[in-house]
Amino acid sequence: MGTECTCNCNQSKLDALFAQYKGNPNGLIVVMAAIQESQGYLPKDLLVRTAEELGVPLSDVYGVATFYAAFSLRPRGRHSVNLCLGTACYVKGAPEVQSMLEKEMGIKAGNTTEDRRFSLDLVRCLGACGIAPVLTVNGEVYPRMTAEKVTEVLSKYE
Amino acid sequence: MNFKELELLRATAKEGIKLRLGEEPSDNFKYHVLVCGGTGCHSVGCQNTLQALQKAIDSQGLQDTVKLVVTGCMGTCEMGPVITVFPDGYYYCRVQPEDAEELVTSHLKEGKYVDRLCYHTADGTVQPRKSDMTFFKKQKRNALRNCGLINQTSIEEYIAVGGFKALAKTLQEMTPQQVVDEVKKSGLRGRGGGGFPTGLKWQFVLDQKSDQKYVVCNGDEGDPGAFMDRSVLEDDPYSVIEAMTIGGYAVGANKGYAYIRLEYPKAIDHFNKALARAREVGLLGNNILESDFSFDIEIRVGAGAFVCGEETALLASIEGRRGEPRPRPPFPAVSGLFEKPTLLNNVETYASICPIIINGGEWYATMGTEKSKGTKVFTLAGKINNTGLVEIPLGLTLREMVEDIGGGVPNGKAFKAAQTGGPSGGCIPAAYLDTPIDYENLAALGSIVGSGGMIIVDESTCMVDLAKFYLGFTQDESCGKCTPCRIGTKRMLEILERITKGLGKPEDLDLLVELANSIKASALCGLGQTAPNPILSTLRYFRDEFEAHIKDKTCPAGVCKMPRKGLKS
Ligand SMILES: Cc1cc2nc3c(=O)[nH]c(=O)nc-3n(C[C@H](O)[C@H](O)[C@H](O)COP(=O)(O)O)c2cc1C
Ligand code: SF4
Ligand code: FES
Ligand code: FES
Repeated sequence: MGTECTCNCNQSKLDALFAQYKGNPNGLIVVMAAIQESQGYLPKDLLVRTAEELGVPLSDVYGVATFYAAFSLRPRGRHSVNLCLGTACYVKGAPEVQSMLEKEMGIKAGNTTEDRRFSLDLVRCLGACGIAPVLTVNGEVYPRMTAEKVTEVLSKYE
Repeated sequence: MNFKELELLRATAKEGIKLRLGEEPSDNFKYHVLVCGGTGCHSVGCQNTLQALQKAIDSQGLQDTVKLVVTGCMGTCEMGPVITVFPDGYYYCRVQPEDAEELVTSHLKEGKYVDRLCYHTADGTVQPRKSDMTFFKKQKRNALRNCGLINQTSIEEYIAVGGFKALAKTLQEMTPQQVVDEVKKSGLRGRGGGGFPTGLKWQFVLDQKSDQKYVVCNGDEGDPGAFMDRSVLEDDPYSVIEAMTIGGYAVGANKGYAYIRLEYPKAIDHFNKALARAREVGLLGNNILESDFSFDIEIRVGAGAFVCGEETALLASIEGRRGEPRPRPPFPAVSGLFEKPTLLNNVETYASICPIIINGGEWYATMGTEKSKGTKVFTLAGKINNTGLVEIPLGLTLREMVEDIGGGVPNGKAFKAAQTGGPSGGCIPAAYLDTPIDYENLAALGSIVGSGGMIIVDESTCMVDLAKFYLGFTQDESCGKCTPCRIGTKRMLEILERITKGLGKPEDLDLLVELANSIKASALCGLGQTAPNPILSTLRYFRDEFEAHIKDKTCPAGVCKMPRKGLKS
């Protein structure tokens, strides 16, 4: 997820989805998820097109975009860092990892670094509570995270 | 595929896994080496262990006598990568690539198990086989029956262990009413958190007159600390597909939706593969098993909102809208997806159906307690030695869960509480360790079974801070539609923040209780109605900790940062 499209496949996939859900508001989230996946965020022009093709008011499209955590209206960093702050991770020290991540990146969770190297998000339970605290970078799972390991993990990503 | 072909396939497929079931195989394999490919083990490098094992097996010329299989979660996730060797089910923990050579030489070549890799209890006793392990002894696996035993996406292995037997039976021998009756007799209650009798729900949907009905599987699993639904979706997707199809037959629906949260990419992937495979062989789609029943399932990916686990919000989300709850009635059983009668159950609920159909509802009802029948999956996490995936007959005591299965609290610390039911639940302190776990008992203690997340905390956890954590969670996840939840939880959170900063006032506790009770009574959906529970429950058992924060400006557990003593608030 979050990788830039380098070929035409996503474009044609989107076209196919637009065709499939033409005039059908029920497809809204499916289409938006496809856009989010191919572009890494929801560019305005594509949202306008979505509203037109599916026959949904743009305000509703915006409402959905802001409701779900998976959707982002702003471009994201090249590497997406997610720290779990679910209960199991919390009681095993995720808050210290969070402080360290924010310090290293110089941003608060929920944001993207100036150079767009990293986006940092807090998530609620990745379902890997047995190996808490859990951090993922671009989907790769780092188990039993500690504040000390943060620098080393981040240095792997350019 | 028709009924006869299914049985033929079962017979051939069964040959391939007999060794794992403790039966004499007719093929050449002397050993089956099962490598856990579950999320926990994956994250600690089970792929490397797998490769190293493959290499060692090949280099020692054992490829024709040793079968390597990747399975789902075996249960003890903290000890990954885990592997099991059959026959006899030797259980190896934390198997690193560099252990592969020794394992293969010693166990697979010379028949001697490797002691140092076996499971050791906290006091150092070795428990080499699964059957020796205290972790497994008190468990009873129904919903998890195939997790860690079969390849996750192989329809052949699923069929080999009895898969699609229940579906064939319903289509061949049972009327929809008979199916519903069997579920009723089992006493199964919804495993998604509410605990509503499943058979009754099925009856409601069956009784509706409608040209179109739907079956929905709730795989949103937003409860932090719970991962049983993920495991079932990843490790045994066919069991959910089969049960949803049976549900469709029972209530008269031809279309199903599986709503799976996007944080679970592997579950989505496995479920997708399983759907395609089931369609390919005629176990899903038009005229299943050449009968006149047709049913198909589509996946809908959740987009990351906890409230979407609430059933009416979930339906709105499938319809492509904001996942906001609506008042009930009408219940989904009457007016659900696209305003049609909808059967909506949790993943684990579905995973429990097939054994009930095959063995009968009475069989299921022999397990559990008087009002809480059967088995329930719990995910043990937090400050506990054996974190992992556990399925127990209801009625086991909390002590058996924590001490026998969980292996106790690590680092010599004292057990403080078990938090159950996540943000809707509460905590159970040490004084109640001998309480049998069931829906009624936990409710009486001010907690709930919920979806089955069980977080163990020790003396180093501050209960005020934990309550604040949960409130922060619900506050974050509130959809904002109704005022008591949106604003009420915010005010409660502010009070707790004040208390944990050492700025609390004595009257704050009464204010918290008052707010809690009015939010409980007036919020629109379960999220708001249960949001105060973690606070009420910590106040009930750990009031002294709150008082220490307020009066003495100290945090007994040393978690909250307090101003220097004597500072005026
Ligand atoms: C805020 C909230 C979140 C919920 N999240 C889930 C969930 O993640 N998974 C689930 O199965 N049920 C969840 N539920 C319960 C569902 O609304 C519903 O009762 C359940 O899915 C019904 O299935 P069952 O009868 O098989 O348990 C949630 C309820 C509330 C109020
Ligand atoms: S109780 Fe909370 S989550 Fe539920 S509808 Fe009201 S604001 Fe939304
Ligand atoms: S609480 Fe962090 S993975 Fe579950
Ligand atoms: S993921 Fe391997 S034991 Fe749970």
